Amino acid sequence: MLRTETYTMNFGPQHPATHGVFQVVLTLDGEKIVKAEPVCGYLHRGIEKLAESRTYQQVIPYTDRMDYLASMLQNWGYVMAVEKLMGLEVPERAEYLRVISGELSRLASHVLATGVYALDVGGFTGFLLCFRERERMMDLLEELTGSRMTFSYARFGGVADDAPEGWLEKLDKLMDDMPGYIDEYDGLITGNEIFQARTKQVGGLSPETAIDYSLSGPVLRGSGINYDLRKAKPYSIYDRFDFEVPVGKNGDCFDRYFCRVREMRQSVRIIKQAIEQIKEIDGPIKGKVPKALKPPKGDAYAEIESSKGILGFYVVSDGTNKPHRVHVRRPSFINLGYLDEMSRGWLIADLVAILGSIDIVLGEVDC
Amino acid sequence: MLENLFTNIAGLLRNLLDSAGVPPLWNDVTLLVVKLVAILVFILINALWLVLMERKVAGYMQARIGPNRVGPWGLLQTTCDIGKLISKEIPIPKSADKILFLLAPALVFVPPLMIFAAIPFGKDMVALDLNIGLFYVFALASLTTIIFWMGGWGSNNKYSLLGSMRVVAQMVSYELPMILSVLGVIMLVGSMNLTEIIAAQQNMWFIVTQPIAFLIFFIAAVAECNRTPFDLVEGESEIINGPYTEYGGMGFAMFFLAEYASIMIISAMATTIFLGGWLAPFGLTFIPSWLWFFLKMYVLIFVVMWFRWTFPRIRVDQLMGFGWKILVPLSLANVFVTGIGMYIYRAIGW
Repeated sequence: MLRTETYTMNFGPQHPATHGVFQVVLTLDGEKIVKAEPVCGYLHRGIEKLAESRTYQQVIPYTDRMDYLASMLQNWGYVMAVEKLMGLEVPERAEYLRVISGELSRLASHVLATGVYALDVGGFTGFLLCFRERERMMDLLEELTGSRMTFSYARFGGVADDAPEGWLEKLDKLMDDMPGYIDEYDGLITGNEIFQARTKQVGGLSPETAIDYSLSGPVLRGSGINYDLRKAKPYSIYDRFDFEVPVGKNGDCFDRYFCRVREMRQSVRIIKQAIEQIKEIDGPIKGKVPKALKPPKGDAYAEIESSKGILGFYVVSDGTNKPHRVHVRRPSFINLGYLDEMSRGWLIADLVAILGSIDIVLGEVDC
Repeated sequence: MLENLFTNIAGLLRNLLDSAGVPPLWNDVTLLVVKLVAILVFILINALWLVLMERKVAGYMQARIGPNRVGPWGLLQTTCDIGKLISKEIPIPKSADKILFLLAPALVFVPPLMIFAAIPFGKDMVALDLNIGLFYVFALASLTTIIFWMGGWGSNNKYSLLGSMRVVAQMVSYELPMILSVLGVIMLVGSMNLTEIIAAQQNMWFIVTQPIAFLIFFIAAVAECNRTPFDLVEGESEIINGPYTEYGGMGFAMFFLAEYASIMIISAMATTIFLGGWLAPFGLTFIPSWLWFFLKMYVLIFVVMWFRWTFPRIRVDQLMGFGWKILVPLSLANVFVTGIGMYIYRAIGW
């Protein structure tokens, strides 16, 4: 007597398409997914706990290791929370440098996400084309910070260093080239018939569910909700720039992906404006900050729009030079929460597309 | 001189054996063996070179250089790679079906070799001139399915099993449009002999008279050799490496080279059936016929590589839908239209 039954398959942790050491325990019916149970923690280093036994400054490098693809933004989020706690003022030039470096980091992260997404659905050339531009960004960031991935650029009350001579001009040149490069991605990846067949109508996410699951970033905006912290609650100096928040319509994989591509264009716009404005601002890049950092007793929560979504840092101080507790709202981790329901009923190939469209970084998921 | 280079070599060998007093039967057998060995060596070396070509093509398409360290222009890179892979152990999974697992990579080169034996490389350059050549070629091309299935099943791995299920489904559904598309050509020629098919293209290549058939044939053929956008069988971002997941060392290398051998086959078949085989276009006969054949073949191989580095991968259900809902009806329509065309041509008495 013939009968069929479901079976379990370990998708990861050693799998080329899980973007790191991430495991999904799949229950499959043929190739169809009945249940997808995400298992994370393979990269857990206990950063939140480690922060409790380090001084405030020493925590900054740890934040780099969370979302290592956009670590500039991670530094920024943490530094902002501590500044809020201490009531520190940040000089204007430092704010501009933070915006420029932060947006460049976001750009680098989105370029990688775009390329990796092309790789996930099987197109290898898109992946390497994206790396070509990312390399230029990385070179610029290296020139600014001395490091290619773990920048630790932000400091309490400012940034580590001013931009080197000629750096802003080089950045301006890259920003001039960038729209052309993004057009290339649109031609090779976005416009491809097979790519669209693979991503459109796949892994749908309704706006209500997106809010219920507290999803954020391009995943939320792909479902048609216009919520970008840079616009909704402008922090730093984002109210000075003219940019739009790209929103999707159907909440499928393609919309999530395309949101990122359009966000790159907006980032380019912001950087262009910031370069224009920073030229008129001369001044310190670091405010007056006491050598021994001892924030007053209390707590503070600061959130910024990272490349993956809303990144929040909650810092509790007990009056000593070490934080009592640091908690991070990691967008990658929270965005993963809906993976199971999102991928049920789709095929294995779609799971790869769905996972790629969420754009997770395992360093951030596992923290 | 160059034109008849290989036929002269064969003739020389025959004369040599004749003068040595070898009986005619043994003479023929020896000659056939020599031809087959030559083809085997050719396939293996060509597959090696194609791996390099693929990496170079990919490199230039992706704004990089590709291998350039081993030998001039990286020419020895793949040779060294294979050398390394030969020296590696072939790990056999504990729960694998040992016989099937080891037999699959050993057999994987048999169909390409047998197909190449029947393909005319140039003027009078065909090892086996069969009168059912086309039928023979298609029959053997589908044999690869079983070998992939053996490897996937024998590995006893879920990824391999999924991959080999995909192989069977894909090959069965794309065999049909492939054969149906060639039916139009067979109707025009009235023969399945590959030499006669080439001869029939003396005035006009079949790509001109049967353009849709060529498109269907080429798409289905790309799917047959599991290349992007139809590389679901490997689909490394989904099922890691499909049937080859558990293979290491030379076992893996055999499958890897077999992929290139099958690209060569489909390109050679498309050249023979649609691009006039070894016939020189525009009367450029000063270039030897076998060189023409290889030129055309390599252009098609390049197109296949171009596909690979441009397209993403199609999904399983889309693949099936495309095969059964678009290619099969289209190829049937092509047969129908060809029939009507032939009838009209005959009616006007051309």
